[in-house]
Amino acid sequence: MRSAGDPDVYVDHTPRTVPRFAHGSRVPGWDDPVDLTKDPAGVPDPAVCDVPAALRAEIENHMARYPDPRSAAIPALHAAQRMYGWCSPEAVEQTACVMRVTPGYLAAIAGFYDQLETRPVGRTSVYVCTNISCSLRGADALLATLQVQLHGDEDVNLRGFECLGACDIAPMVSVNGVYVGPVDEGEVSELARQIAAGEDPLPAKQLLRRPCQDPNAASQDRNQP
Amino acid sequence: MTPSILFKDIDEPGLATLDVYRARGGYGDRLKKALSMERDALVEELKASGLRGRGGAGFSMGTKASFMPKGIMDKYLVCNADESEPGTFKDRELMQKCPHMLLEGMIIAAYAAGATRSFVYIRGEYTQQADILEAAVNEAKAAGLIGERILGTDCSLSLWVHRGAGAYICGEETALLDSLEGKRGNPRLKPPFPANQGLYQGPTLINNVETLATLPHIIEMSAAEYAKIGVENSTGTKLISVSGHVQKPGNYEIELGMSSRDIIYGLCGGPGEGRSVKLWFPGGSSSPVLTGDDLDLAYDFNTLAKAGTMLGSGAIIVVDDQTSVVDVALKTAQFYRHESCGKCTPCREGTNWTVKMLERVKSGEATPMDLDLMASVCENIIGNCLCVLGDAMAMPIGSMVKKFRGEFEQYIEDARAAAERALLADPDAAEPTPFEPVAA
Repeated sequence: MRSAGDPDVYVDHTPRTVPRFAHGSRVPGWDDPVDLTKDPAGVPDPAVCDVPAALRAEIENHMARYPDPRSAAIPALHAAQRMYGWCSPEAVEQTACVMRVTPGYLAAIAGFYDQLETRPVGRTSVYVCTNISCSLRGADALLATLQVQLHGDEDVNLRGFECLGACDIAPMVSVNGVYVGPVDEGEVSELARQIAAGEDPLPAKQLLRRPCQDPNAASQDRNQP
Repeated sequence: MTPSILFKDIDEPGLATLDVYRARGGYGDRLKKALSMERDALVEELKASGLRGRGGAGFSMGTKASFMPKGIMDKYLVCNADESEPGTFKDRELMQKCPHMLLEGMIIAAYAAGATRSFVYIRGEYTQQADILEAAVNEAKAAGLIGERILGTDCSLSLWVHRGAGAYICGEETALLDSLEGKRGNPRLKPPFPANQGLYQGPTLINNVETLATLPHIIEMSAAEYAKIGVENSTGTKLISVSGHVQKPGNYEIELGMSSRDIIYGLCGGPGEGRSVKLWFPGGSSSPVLTGDDLDLAYDFNTLAKAGTMLGSGAIIVVDDQTSVVDVALKTAQFYRHESCGKCTPCREGTNWTVKMLERVKSGEATPMDLDLMASVCENIIGNCLCVLGDAMAMPIGSMVKKFRGEFEQYIEDARAAAERALLADPDAAEPTPFEPVAA
């Protein structure tokens, strides 16, 4: 029988997977075994860690804006993600090197936010809003169709997303930040083709071209001399 | 007719540029007037306007500004542009079409609060809007409107646009501050409130985009005139975002106190031919729902509070009679489960279990007792967390179960019968296919 004084009871170095976060977790790598025999990574050594000059300049530019340079964590990870396609261990280490924080600190940030990718994904991010207003207007079917039509395209990171703040153009899609909608059933194939070809998605349906719906917004005498 | 203040000629070409905005009187006499007032007088003026925060809580803007401590220290102004409440998209239109209105309002608010550093925390999904806003900030900086000694006064302000990265919780003010400090967006224990210890432990004033954009107009027309618009305790105009089953979804500027029927049927054309309003969220997906019988309520802060719900961010989501309330409840709960930051147990677990129970309802494994269990889970979330994200799920779900209990029970019965029929038809099918929500 084991007693509390037995040192082997509490120190168990065997890597195991503990399926605790199987449902709804945002913790990346929850089932990756951790090598507990290693120390956690410290702040990367600038003499060893090679950071591209453009990335370093962009991160340092962001850091200079804030009283506490750590505030630049999200913009810095965004910059690294733009360069590497996702928050890869390499991207996180280089960002950590410039920001003088541990990679673990930044990995925790990257794991929290939906737009920071902790797995390799396609360069073109395609978000389909599947929240209430959009799903009332057929967003789930839109996502399903796009999933079929863009299936196997490794350049595209297609995902359902929580409310993107464009319920007036429901159902809508954000293609690399360009909002388009409402996407009719007949237009989905065209949209999928444009996404795959890297073209401007449905130019006529882009949000920036949409006038305000409020009838009072345009005053009567606007065009008079 | 509703007076148009924020949305007046919002579609004017080039309004996002400094020249057109200036031609309209922007950054002109009204800004000079505001900056030449005594700080206390300016705060009193804001209080007198009766302007209530447009972000969701509806707290008096002037009173909030008056909580900022006096004395020389680093004070901050933060504009909350993390508009992520489902159904809300009013700030998007303001920032995209008239970003300078927000910047002018921020200069006034910063002066009132004594803040010298300011940030706009805009959600990461609004890439285009953030680009437009950043271009406007650069224009204003080049013109000397943001920087040292604005318009020759002793008011100075630095301003940066900070882009988030997709987290609903960062719209909560203390979570926003944590996120802005470069941490995970977890809400903080309150008190201390941000007015005492906010960003970098300094006094911080946080306001919504629409609130700040209203300030130049209050100064221009005087607080007394502004307070005449709307009804008692709900002064001014409000931008509302109407979406869901209406024919003309979009942003509208209304005078507070307008009848809800006039908004949903008058302005937005109501649901389509032959359909009627089954339920509607009056203030984003976090507000307890109202039914088609409540359409004659006046749309203002106090009336909606009396009806047991809230005006919130002014986002009306209309659901018509062809839609099952169970689907709406499940979508709502899934959203909050996904967005719960996980810091407080009642919210993290409560949202998860509510989704699981609703999935049981969908797959025919639930009993009416599950509805009571769900109501009890919801009750145990409310008021027991650091922030109101959990409450924001518990309140609408609780109200749906309460107001549509008959439909829930019928749904459970039908789903159970359907599952049984499927089993009888194919007894060899090992397990009924589990309900699979679309991964978000």
